Amino acid sequence: MLGGIQVKRQTGMQARINIHGYFFCLPFVVIFLLFNLWPTLYTFLLGFGDLRGLKTSFSFVGLANFKKLVNDYNFWEAVGNTFILWGFNFIPQLGIALLFAIWFTDVKLRLKGKGVFRALFYLPNLLTAASVAILYRSLFGYPLGPVNQFLMNVCGVKEAFNFVRNVPASRAIVSFIQWWMWCGQTLILLMAGITSISPSLYESATIDGANDWQCTWKITIPLLRPMMFYILITSMVGGMQMFEIPFLLTGMHGEPDYKIRTTAVYMYNMAFQGRNDYSYAAAISIGMFIITIILAYIINAGVKERAPRKRGEAA
Amino acid sequence: MEYKAKRTINSAIIYFLMVLFALIAVVPVWIMLVNATRTTAQINSGLTLVPSTHALDNWRILTNRNFQIWQGFKNSAIVSLCSTVLCVYFSALTAYGIHVYRFAGRKILWGVIMVLIMLPSSLSFIGFYQFMAKVHLTNSFIPLIIPSIAAAGTVLFMKQYLDSVLSFELIETSRIDGAGEFLIFNRVILPVVQPAIATQAIFAFVGSWNNFMTPFVLLSSTEKYTLPMLVQMLRGDIYRTEYGGIYLGIAVSLVPIIVFYAFMSRYIISGLTMGSVKE
Repeated sequence: MLGGIQVKRQTGMQARINIHGYFFCLPFVVIFLLFNLWPTLYTFLLGFGDLRGLKTSFSFVGLANFKKLVNDYNFWEAVGNTFILWGFNFIPQLGIALLFAIWFTDVKLRLKGKGVFRALFYLPNLLTAASVAILYRSLFGYPLGPVNQFLMNVCGVKEAFNFVRNVPASRAIVSFIQWWMWCGQTLILLMAGITSISPSLYESATIDGANDWQCTWKITIPLLRPMMFYILITSMVGGMQMFEIPFLLTGMHGEPDYKIRTTAVYMYNMAFQGRNDYSYAAAISIGMFIITIILAYIINAGVKERAPRKRGEAA
Repeated sequence: MEYKAKRTINSAIIYFLMVLFALIAVVPVWIMLVNATRTTAQINSGLTLVPSTHALDNWRILTNRNFQIWQGFKNSAIVSLCSTVLCVYFSALTAYGIHVYRFAGRKILWGVIMVLIMLPSSLSFIGFYQFMAKVHLTNSFIPLIIPSIAAAGTVLFMKQYLDSVLSFELIETSRIDGAGEFLIFNRVILPVVQPAIATQAIFAFVGSWNNFMTPFVLLSSTEKYTLPMLVQMLRGDIYRTEYGGIYLGIAVSLVPIIVFYAFMSRYIISGLTMGSVKE
């Protein structure tokens, strides 16, 4: 990773120049220590403490918060919710993006309007998540939101449906919004991954008699694995922190019936509403962090397991 | 013949799906824009994709209820602009420092940056809030702006860009000309890395503009509210039936991004993959 010239022994002049490295990196380091490292350590300290309500100082209570966390039904339900909301967004996201990416990079199809499509499809990713949540809240409003009007006037549905009061419907809306916001980005990354595959591979495969289907399954998909791994990990880490959409779509507690309450929303509820239990909220964020790491590790191991062995590598 | 027919059907299906998914991406935004120009009565009477003429009425409904939209706009602009400038300048500075100078702790710093990229930001959130409360910086823009000086992802991007474009001869020549190290960075290096700075500035700006959780938790006085915080107020009781006003309020926060994107989309999309794909 670290390129550049390697200097064995520094002369006085070089040492004087290299001193500047400290000056150049100093702002970053100071701000990192103050606003990133210390808050992270402080979160851990709080996790072992009892800061709640109007208190301004806390004492250590050992693992009490974490014991509570492990036995907290609400926490595990929130973890489950987060997974469901993320999973139902990620699978169609990867599938649809992959399909379009393969079509768009296929030279034989010569599709027109790819650029426009890609630009339109990516747009939702840049929009303010908080505003998007409020927008969909209005679109799925009851009884006269645009979606209900569409269902009644165009599709002939008799009665308006209260989407945000229904568990499967509100979950589907959250997953859909996440998909809507991220599918375009995944498409762009996958297209970049496919175009970086050497065309000579396809040429020689075609000469050897491979058809399009075989080219896709035997060349494109296997060589896209690192890019898909990158998308999976970043999407998972981001998905585990899902906050604005489930928070603002309904009443800030993951209604209906707390079934769209993600761990981030739960953390917010604990820290900034009701009891103001900062220490327990800190424990929730640490718990979520540990779960994320374990997951990333499992995904990583799974990908290594399934990766094809390179030719010449001992079995 | 049969082969050709199959191809045509194939592309017809693909074009159909392209139109369908483009509509899915755009129609919610379009309905928002259309409804922002319609009265609440019109909105309640049915769905349409044709704009009406009541945007100004909705604007009055919106702003009459203490919805300080210009104030919010100003706050969002100040926070986003300041943090963007700090983010790109100091990220470039840090990346250049790591790239060019050999100093003790350089490898450690690089390792820290790599770890930071993968660390979810929610992990430090409670500690960040408590720390800010301790030093009485809640209800201030400082915690929204200053932390962007240490943006690990941007440093990584800048470093990769420097790896690919920067020649050490350029630095050497400037040194022989007698330029100091900071002068070299500001006058010689910054123009060279300008494309990387431009793309990262876009993403830093949009990220800051869209940030909701940090200002929502930290800021308490309404005159400091940023746009996403104002928009979330539209959930409240005072707007319950004023749908036109609600759609307009949402639109106000989204339209600047959409307009900006309309002009810069090519640039933004190519910037997305600039750092992620190794050639």
